[in-house]
Amino acid sequence: MAMLIVKDLKVNYGVIQALKGISFEVNEGEVIALIGANGAGKTTTLQTISGMLTPSSGQILLRDTNITKIPGHKIVSMGMAHVPEGRRVFAQLTVLENLKMGAYTRSNKREVADTLERVYESFPRLKERQNQMAGTLSGGEQQMLAMGRALMSKPSIMLMDEPSMGLSPIYVEEIFSIIQSISKAGTTVLLVEQNAKKALAIADRAYVLETGNIVLSGDAKTLMNDDSIKKAYLGE
Amino acid sequence: MGFLTYLINGLSLGSVYAIIALGYTMVYGIAKMLNFAHGDVIMIGAYVTFIGMSSSGIPAVPAIVISIIVCTALGMLIEKVAYSPLRKATNLAVLITAIGVSYFLQNIALLLFGSNPVSFTSVVKWQGLSLAGGQLKITGNAIVTIISCLIIMVCLMWFVKHTKPGQAMRAVSEDRDAATLMGINVNATISLTFAIGSGLAAVAGALLCSSYPSLTPYTGSMPGIKAFTAAVFGGIGSIPGALLGGLLLGIIEILAKAYISSQLADAIVFAVLIIVLLVKPTGILGKQIKEKV
Repeated sequence: MAMLIVKDLKVNYGVIQALKGISFEVNEGEVIALIGANGAGKTTTLQTISGMLTPSSGQILLRDTNITKIPGHKIVSMGMAHVPEGRRVFAQLTVLENLKMGAYTRSNKREVADTLERVYESFPRLKERQNQMAGTLSGGEQQMLAMGRALMSKPSIMLMDEPSMGLSPIYVEEIFSIIQSISKAGTTVLLVEQNAKKALAIADRAYVLETGNIVLSGDAKTLMNDDSIKKAYLGE
Repeated sequence: MGFLTYLINGLSLGSVYAIIALGYTMVYGIAKMLNFAHGDVIMIGAYVTFIGMSSSGIPAVPAIVISIIVCTALGMLIEKVAYSPLRKATNLAVLITAIGVSYFLQNIALLLFGSNPVSFTSVVKWQGLSLAGGQLKITGNAIVTIISCLIIMVCLMWFVKHTKPGQAMRAVSEDRDAATLMGINVNATISLTFAIGSGLAAVAGALLCSSYPSLTPYTGSMPGIKAFTAAVFGGIGSIPGALLGGLLLGIIEILAKAYISSQLADAIVFAVLIIVLLVKPTGILGKQIKEKV
């Protein structure tokens, strides 16, 4: 069943067309990778889906509901969470306050406390540092916090923008294994990554973006062995 | 005893500055703009209280409540009509609009109330305390003003720290886009901030005019600028900073008037501000935000 359908999406920044009509689907339970070079339109795609940008045309369907014109703050409670590029944790709030902010749209305190327990189980380090200001965490810890914060809304689909960017190799491994466990726990994942190798390794399917167009798509394992992909994105 | 009397008067004036400075600092922190029309909302609030008490004979407290309601609505209206269409415009465009709104409010007041000063009746009937055998007199106005300021501060700090809309304000002030991704309605949060700031302006207007009873359409502009100075002094964006900045400014102003020169008092106040900013550009309690990339 399709969790997310994007149809012929076009986005303009002034006179520049950042997305030139892209279409793709994310099915329930899948991990979908969106790969491509800098400026290909990956971040724009995620920002448009989560309502931060308004497309000039096209449609976005979340579980058959048209969310194209719905403002960003209302999309969270429809089951979509977005872990933005650069993590964007609230540096002057504590780790715990950041996590609670993730559950802003939920009113049942007991359920929120349950979710918090579960997030702490997945990220024990966040629990150790729950009273620390988020700005004092390391980059990898901030990424975990951004992910934990997104999980606090109990999303059915999570958009992740460059979660491994700027992290040390150990944290990169850890972040990718966390993405896998988030997926195993039943959350659908749409992942944007420059680290194409790692992204393809954990994804079910992938789409390749080039200057605002999807130029290639298919099974992640097949794409990994595709010669043009190897050359352009995997550095082989 | 003279010094103590001046100090208390300074604290009282400073409390008014602090309440006004809260409006500046919260709007700056959350909407990232300087609302130079804030001082004129105080003037409108004072007129509403004046009309309620003098013309309609309503007791002080309900008159102030009506003034709070009017100013809250006015603040939200100004935000909606003048500022929210400029959300993506440059800071300069918003600043000029705010100055325009300020003159607009002054001229509306001129049209409605005329340019002659009206004599504001104090909202505090209590004469105050006479201590040390009559040597130290503390007016009822001063006591009520200082206590109101402290109550407002405590309530506001609690609100920002412990309520959901307060948390939303902190999130929006730090990162608007990330706040949206949490499901926070940024426009509603900004509107709420204007509502709170303008409601406080009504209280400040009543307290200010109780101590300085001559009310004209320009009454709000100088205290407005001084409160803005107080907000910068304490560290703009910080609520405790507004309190500290306001109180210090009030005390410096009154002491300068008493011991140096009443003509030079304002110059001294601004000179102190310049010195503080030279030493600590973010203000006394302002934080230098360091971000990890």
